[in-house]
Amino acid sequence: MNKLAMRDVYGETLLELGKLYPNLIVLDADVSKSTKTISFAKAFPDRFFDVGIAEANLMGISAGIASTGKIVFASTFSVFASGRAYDQVRQSIAYPNRNVKIVATHCGVTAGEDGAMHQAFEDIALMRSIPNMRVIAPSDGIEAKKVIKKIVELPGPFYVRLARPATPVIFDESYDFELGKGTILREGKDGVIVACGIMTYIALESAEILLRDGIDIGVVSMSSIKPIDVELISSLSKNYKYIFSCEDHSIIGGLGSAIGEVLPPTEAKLVRIGINDEFGDSGKFEELLKFYKLDPLSIAEKVREVILNDRI
Amino acid sequence: MRYDVERLAEIARRVRYNALYMITKAGSGHPGGSLSAVDIMVTLYFNIMRYRVEDPFWEDRDRFILSKGHACPALYAIFYELGIIKKEELDTLRKPGSRLQGHPDVKRLPWAEFSSGSLGQGLSFAVGVALAGKIDKKDYYTFVLLGDGESQEGQVWEAAMSARKFRLNNLIGITDRNGLQIDGETESVMPIDPLADKWRAFGWNVLEIDGHNFSQIISAIEKAKESKESPTMIIAHTIKGKGVSFMENVVDFHGKAPSPKEWELASVELGGDSVE
Ligand SMILES: Cc1ncc(C[n+]2csc(CCOP(=O)(O)OP(=O)(O)O)c2C)c(N)n1
Ligand SMILES: [Mg+2]
Repeated sequence: MNKLAMRDVYGETLLELGKLYPNLIVLDADVSKSTKTISFAKAFPDRFFDVGIAEANLMGISAGIASTGKIVFASTFSVFASGRAYDQVRQSIAYPNRNVKIVATHCGVTAGEDGAMHQAFEDIALMRSIPNMRVIAPSDGIEAKKVIKKIVELPGPFYVRLARPATPVIFDESYDFELGKGTILREGKDGVIVACGIMTYIALESAEILLRDGIDIGVVSMSSIKPIDVELISSLSKNYKYIFSCEDHSIIGGLGSAIGEVLPPTEAKLVRIGINDEFGDSGKFEELLKFYKLDPLSIAEKVREVILNDRI
Repeated sequence: MRYDVERLAEIARRVRYNALYMITKAGSGHPGGSLSAVDIMVTLYFNIMRYRVEDPFWEDRDRFILSKGHACPALYAIFYELGIIKKEELDTLRKPGSRLQGHPDVKRLPWAEFSSGSLGQGLSFAVGVALAGKIDKKDYYTFVLLGDGESQEGQVWEAAMSARKFRLNNLIGITDRNGLQIDGETESVMPIDPLADKWRAFGWNVLEIDGHNFSQIISAIEKAKESKESPTMIIAHTIKGKGVSFMENVVDFHGKAPSPKEWELASVELGGDSVE
């Protein structure tokens, strides 16, 4: 299976965009080797700025640069981009609608062994609740590239959430990312999993497992969390009895909540799968997926349990 | 504990060995900043600080706050020396459910005092702890270890200002001045020099020492304790990766575990299995 790390793709895409957009500026806060902005830094040293270990300053400076008409990409780990610099993101970037693209890596459990203090399970919730801010969690490396190339053309702030490890590729090059649109990856009969980020490939694996048990589950990639695809959710709610949201993020305020907010009343039943209101833990990301019951088998079990319990 | 310099050196050697052993076993972690801080931390735990191993909540204990939390393998190796951590636990660093998390977890390991990992937050916490000591008329000291790269966080300087305002002469900061962070040298990523002048300008008493010289560490802390009104910052000049020749001053060993082969070499340099 072909695998790509979203952050690697981000680094390469920035390089490409650097050539096309002379007014594109990139900032980082002492983690450029990890976020992969380092490739842009090497190619365009005059348009790259490392502010050191100072995330609040990172966001403030980004806003200031953007105010002069430039496109700014600001990168650090998701826990620091969303939490450590929350107020700067809110006041200096989002409120005046500055053209700053916050591309945060090491999202959710993919921060891995560094543990709880490095794992934001709240970043989607934090960013999603800020007016003007749009939030995207690409489902694979291909989509990450398409997203970066798309948002560079769309004015205003974005929060893009990227994973650290290489994960299976889902989309092919013909795929075109559209803001506010989900993608049906697989049709089913008994229910549908709506996933974002790394949980999308995991959901696809869960669907395979469930099929062996005679449960036919659809899978939708909902990488555009804000704006969210209201139309698609509405049609899913008519076609399916169960919608399972699936995210490596707290079930409070994330994708599941976003779906719940636009789900037409009294139709499908929404079951939110994610981190159950707790902090993170150290471990390799696959170990952590198991630890939090977000691995393909555990999700399949959960889906099976919900569907079979209702049948009885 | 008031160990002499010779014993401190022997403990520091073992702590380096075990810290690196843990990181190797885990396959990830931060060797560079763990090794640069070992001599400072060993001196605090085995010569300076007052505490009860069996009672991490003892009200009168001196506190040590590891603000640069990524150096926790050094802290865990010290806790191993103290019997807080068992031998088998050394193999659980950075594993789900372990007390030895990738960054210190004060819930599972209260001796750690503070859950650090997000750089720049330890000094504010330390100011709070020291201030509480004044409120309660306690005579404990609060020690806090900062990274030099960490000093780029604005919060450090907010805390610096407040420590002076509250006249926290019971607060002793130590900066692990190894000159490196992740993206390179501190002075090229984001210059922090003249560091001593900055702390002085914030009203702190400032001392500069060789952070690998036990006598200098001890006498600097003794001097800091004589301060009447000001908090003290000890700028400890150190070598990132100290003790392992091929890691010293190598920025790439900030956050990369040694390979099994590198561990073989390193373990010999650190005195081999005489540690076992
Ligand atoms: C707020 C925050 N931003 C970024 C990081 C990622 N990070 C971990 S260690 C490190 C470099 C630390 O450099 P320094 O303080 O000099 O530590 P040392 O050289 O002693 O390892 C960075 C940027 C972090 N842990 N916290
Ligand atoms: Mg340093």
